[in-house]
Amino acid sequence: MTALSLKKVNKSFGSVHVLKDIDIEVEEGEFVVFVGPSGCGKSTLLRVIAGLEDASSGEIHIGDDLVNLTPPSKRGIAMVFQSYALYPHLNVRGNMTLALKQEKQPKEVIDERVEEASRMLDLAPYLDRFPSELSGGQRQRVAIGRAIVRQPKLFLFDEPLSNLDAALRMNTRLEIAHLHEQLGASIIYVTHDQTEAMTLADKIVVLRDGRVEQIGSPMELYNNPANQFVAGFLGSPAMNFLPASLLNEGDDRTMGVRPEDLFLDDDGVIAARVNHVEKLGGDTNVIAKVSDFQITARLFGQQAVEPGQKLRLGFNPQRVYHFNREGARMD
Amino acid sequence: MNKARQNPLNAAAMHGALILYTLIALFPVFVILINSFKTRKKIFREPLAMPDSESFSMVGYETVMKQGDFFLYFQNSMIVTVATLFFVLLFGAMAAYALSEYRFKGNMIMGLYLALGIMIPIRIGTVAILELMVSTGLVNTLWALILVYTAQGLPLAVFILSEFMKQVSDDLKDAGRIDGLSEYTIFFKLVLPLVRPSMATVAVFNMIPIWNDLWFPLILAPAEETKTLTLGSQVFIGQFVTDWNAVLSALSMAILPVLILYVIFSRQLIRGITSGAVK
Repeated sequence: MTALSLKKVNKSFGSVHVLKDIDIEVEEGEFVVFVGPSGCGKSTLLRVIAGLEDASSGEIHIGDDLVNLTPPSKRGIAMVFQSYALYPHLNVRGNMTLALKQEKQPKEVIDERVEEASRMLDLAPYLDRFPSELSGGQRQRVAIGRAIVRQPKLFLFDEPLSNLDAALRMNTRLEIAHLHEQLGASIIYVTHDQTEAMTLADKIVVLRDGRVEQIGSPMELYNNPANQFVAGFLGSPAMNFLPASLLNEGDDRTMGVRPEDLFLDDDGVIAARVNHVEKLGGDTNVIAKVSDFQITARLFGQQAVEPGQKLRLGFNPQRVYHFNREGARMD
Repeated sequence: MNKARQNPLNAAAMHGALILYTLIALFPVFVILINSFKTRKKIFREPLAMPDSESFSMVGYETVMKQGDFFLYFQNSMIVTVATLFFVLLFGAMAAYALSEYRFKGNMIMGLYLALGIMIPIRIGTVAILELMVSTGLVNTLWALILVYTAQGLPLAVFILSEFMKQVSDDLKDAGRIDGLSEYTIFFKLVLPLVRPSMATVAVFNMIPIWNDLWFPLILAPAEETKTLTLGSQVFIGQFVTDWNAVLSALSMAILPVLILYVIFSRQLIRGITSGAVK
């Protein structure tokens, strides 16, 4: 069964066309991540799904229902916001129960769900505190708890981790992944961070300028990107792009090699001059110049490479991607 | 931390300047207060002397209590001020919310139109307002004053409040919508408490000119039963003879309620002025 299906969804603000013919299907229980650079329309798309913005055209189905004209509260969704958006005048319990009270749920049901959610998120000691008395991580957990108690058909997360510091982000990421396993719920998660996308998603939707560039599992997208944008967006450090003519006279394509596919090789075809070396302990990132182009090689282990040094890099020809002038794959 | 704040010399200079300013500002009030307790002769002979056993007199207060219905005037002023503040804050906040929250055609023009009232003194329209009040039969009622003052206060209220409403997090309002709150609940329960400091600012800006106004009470509601405190006090000021004891006593009593309202609002006001600056 599909939890969400979008058919030819368009959205314009005045003359600005923000979403262009979006077609997406989300299966029941699937964790789908919308990823893309800022301004690509991913948050707008989420707001259209939530009903906070109306689609200019196209159909939005949640479960079996066409919800284009359904108000947000009746769509069977719950949303977690980047800024937490907790109600400042209510304590944690009040924040979590407000929506259920609006739905006129019986008290026993409300108590039971709050207890379950606070157990899952370790919120029990904080139920009587106000949002201003909580730390950032705790606030985010309350925001997630507020979504869980509604038992929605679809969870929407709008960049929920971007206000947290690095260590907490990692922890909360794991918690969200764990929650997804426990709840088995369908989740749509918006982020600009490709690490979050790769680690959390069952399915990634890459967006650019209001268009879907590619949809697929993280490894599909990583191993088989449809175009140069997707290839460059996923993976860190990003894929290296060089004109193929550097190695092969008269070839007008662009070739792409992932940094980890490059290795030191005295007979290698790429002659490079080292600009900068990042020694991470486990890996060594070598940033080098190949004629006028900058490339990054990710070498395993600790390597004795110094800036200014000249070296030759090799790669497995089967691990090279080719793109035409428009950025489409051409192998 | 600002370095200037830690320097004791700078701190002393700063406090000195502030204390001096406070003294200058409070001096007239102080003179009114001490003289209201003195005999007429002493008021003129030694206006700056404190009342002592010889010069002490409550004659001013007695005159005020005897002549005219002082408590009725007081009550009228209070009703007019409080009712006006209520309407200005309610309608001002609602209009500001609509302007800052909803996208509709002419939003910008509407906002400018509403704010235009700040630049046009309402007294220019006194004759027209009087004609209007006469034909609607509102002359010599407190409603005449409340309506005029509300109209006078709204432009600034809309202008200030809409700026503050724009700062209220969109996510919060959206969270409310997803949780099934109505637009009214979102406005009253989520947005209004967050702009409370700016509401206090608007209240103080409006309160004092309304309480002190003589113009509109004199023109629109001069009847005995609708006189406001300021208008009521005028009976003691004559063309040839002025009963200074009574005038000073009436003024002393008129200061009190404004002072109390100001104290109530001022805590909020300080937060309103500094909000955004400190974060």
